[in-house]
Amino acid sequence: MAQENKNGLEVIPRDSAKIKKIWMTALILLVVTAVEFLLAFTMERGMLLYIIFIVLTIVKAKYIMMEFMHLGDEVKPLFYSIIVPLIFLIWLIIALFKEGAEIFLMRW
Amino acid sequence: MSSTAIEIQSKRGVWGGGNEPLKASYGKLMMWFFLLSDIFTFTAFLITYGAIRVSYPAYGGEAADFVSSNEYWPIPEMIFDAIPLVHGGHFPLVFVGLMTFILILSSVTMVLAVEAGHRNDKKDVVKWMLWTLLGGMTFLSCQAWEWTHFIHGTDEGSMLTYVNSLGNVVTETVYGANLIVNEYGPAPFAQLFFFITGFHGFHVTIGVFLLFLAFYQAAVGVYEKRGHYEMIEKIGLYWHFVDLVWVFVFTFFYLI
Repeated sequence: MAQENKNGLEVIPRDSAKIKKIWMTALILLVVTAVEFLLAFTMERGMLLYIIFIVLTIVKAKYIMMEFMHLGDEVKPLFYSIIVPLIFLIWLIIALFKEGAEIFLMRW
Repeated sequence: MSSTAIEIQSKRGVWGGGNEPLKASYGKLMMWFFLLSDIFTFTAFLITYGAIRVSYPAYGGEAADFVSSNEYWPIPEMIFDAIPLVHGGHFPLVFVGLMTFILILSSVTMVLAVEAGHRNDKKDVVKWMLWTLLGGMTFLSCQAWEWTHFIHGTDEGSMLTYVNSLGNVVTETVYGANLIVNEYGPAPFAQLFFFITGFHGFHVTIGVFLLFLAFYQAAVGVYEKRGHYEMIEKIGLYWHFVDLVWVFVFTFFYLI
């Protein structure tokens, strides 16, 4: 039931499958957050828990970027020009954590 | 030769103009590259947090017996344990979890607005933009409360020995937090809290202004006259990014 308004922009009817997919993504994000929240109190603090947190965070980031920001629907060159520069961050993480650990040894 | 005839060629080369590199409009492309630069800024902040954190001793004892001190890095869930209206209660991470939920939901309503924009459905765009705007403002109000509580501190405070702003070593009970001393942990803990959540909050504030602009323009029919709802899409990208950053802040500042 496409309706015309006076400016001539045609209103396309809702595609309920698309809207359902958005709400499903939302549900996944909320559930993952709830799981993180539960793990924070049930698991012992340590490297394992931190790795689980980081993995779950990257899962959430993937859903937000691919489903909400539609990065997956862009052409491949645009996709890679956003994703590939993030490799620099891996270097930054290694460099600064090493630096922090050295400062710890100097200070204490 | 004075005429400036514009010849429309049927076959235009790559340099002839009029084509979209990467099949995205100029505005969307630039928004993506701006967001990429912003990703670097925020990760620099978060990695700095990690680097400074490992340069301090970790708290060694049981989490339940945790006592604040500026000798070691605090356990965040023992610090962020207050909720509004309940004085002195212990509800670890409940409030910040709620803030995360609010921001994720406002991101969902944003993507619904973008979807309605693709369908040129003005009524739906306006409705979902309004929900997103409300979510953004609720999040900002929550953060304002969180900051107020962090700055004013607990009733008990902490007995700390530190170097004050005049350069003297003092031992006294410290309440709340500022950039020189805080009752929760070493001075960089509060400094990083202010910088990271503050910089994120600043982004949310700009986002709320943009959301209001888009909501208003959609409601008065600017986009309908323009013939497309691309502005909703661009502001949507920014708003999802704000949510994306918060997901990382939540993990690295509050959970770990």
